[in-house]
Amino acid sequence: MSSLPDVMTRDAAALAAAAGARPAPEAARDAPLAPARAALFEFLTRMGDNTLVLGHRLSEWCGHGPVLEEDIGVANIALDLIGQTQFWLGLAGEVEGRGRTADDLAFLRDVWDFRNILMVELPNGDFGQTIMRQFLFDAWHVAMLRALTASSEPRVAEIAAKAIKEAHYHLEKSADLVVRLGDGTEESHRRMQAALDILWPYAGELFLSDAADATLAEAGIAPDPASLRAAFDAAVLPVLAEATLAVPPGSFAQKGGRRGVHTEHLGRMLAEMQFLQRAYPGATW
Amino acid sequence: MQAHARPAPDEIRGWLAAVPDPEIPVISVVDLGIVRDLTWDGDTLVVTVTPTYSGCPATAAINVAIEMALHEHGIARVRIERSLTPPWTSDWIGEAAREKLRAYGIAPPIDGTAADGRLLGRVGRLAGGSNLAVACPRCGSNRTDRVSQFGSTPCKASWRCTDCLEPFDYFKCI
Repeated sequence: MSSLPDVMTRDAAALAAAAGARPAPEAARDAPLAPARAALFEFLTRMGDNTLVLGHRLSEWCGHGPVLEEDIGVANIALDLIGQTQFWLGLAGEVEGRGRTADDLAFLRDVWDFRNILMVELPNGDFGQTIMRQFLFDAWHVAMLRALTASSEPRVAEIAAKAIKEAHYHLEKSADLVVRLGDGTEESHRRMQAALDILWPYAGELFLSDAADATLAEAGIAPDPASLRAAFDAAVLPVLAEATLAVPPGSFAQKGGRRGVHTEHLGRMLAEMQFLQRAYPGATW
Repeated sequence: MQAHARPAPDEIRGWLAAVPDPEIPVISVVDLGIVRDLTWDGDTLVVTVTPTYSGCPATAAINVAIEMALHEHGIARVRIERSLTPPWTSDWIGEAAREKLRAYGIAPPIDGTAADGRLLGRVGRLAGGSNLAVACPRCGSNRTDRVSQFGSTPCKASWRCTDCLEPFDYFKCI
């Protein structure tokens, strides 16, 4: 096990020099990846950044949940998602082939390199908004992971087969809560409808496709995101109906995150999440 | 034992059967079914371990515990490899280990009841009913309620017994 760098040191320059002693991937970074490899890297960061950013947002509830069981439940989901992030971003680094680890990708990329959808980076809002976001994400996540278990890339298929077991649990929980709160008191119903009104347009980004998606769909590595819409609707619409919530009209999608154009919220989140590695490069636990 | 000896995998498995899970110390890493393979690569023992839950923080502690136990038995070089295929399932927990869980106060998993993404049973569950009869590990009653799908560790859910009124953990099925 590597020894702990002294993070209390005043000599930050020496720490940075020690961190820099590791072979830096900078040299190769200028040369573009071959298109197929670039598309796969793009896809893997989209998967990993969604789980990382949502996992981090959920972890912000730790110690602040409305009741103990929900506090624990949300923290457990955060843990699952961050565990899955290690698989996705670990594979992304492997595919990129420039020596970057999952930690390097999580803690040393800047905001424009993140590929998560906008919905997961939004501030948590109230507990109802957090649960509504989780439900919309979980329904997509299960549909996506199910398709990925049949991926022609075995390293993608095995991560999906692992992650879907956890995603099934998440979906059961968030669907339960959406019904309980939507079809609950006047106050909880009002909050859940407000949450759905805010988040519904953001969920649209989950189903947008671009050239990278087309490359992967053609290779049988990942589904065309648009093809997941039917499974998503089949899971989500009956639950929202049971929760007595009205789906907002229109098909406008708030988009940008999948190509690195983010809201102002992600930068602030990263400033907190990445602080330690930025201030004390190479620090280990 | 000499450092260059290469004990047979069965013997090594026996040693690992004494390495407790850090969160549930009454069962071992072998009981849990996470030690998938033991092979020799020259004078290095390769231990293939699969995680229970993706983000389980005990994974790192388990790897260290396995390595330490093997060093104590004279194996100098150990390499831990992670495997995701086939993904871990609570079905791999053996009968004897399930009894140990129950005696420790954790209701063992019920095979074949893992969440599968279908939400059809939801209405019944919301009405308080459940087709899942989880026996209280303390008094044996089947009159139990689920408090939460999640619990004190990633692999457990929170339940309570309506007869003896004790809360208890139920091993999540995946």
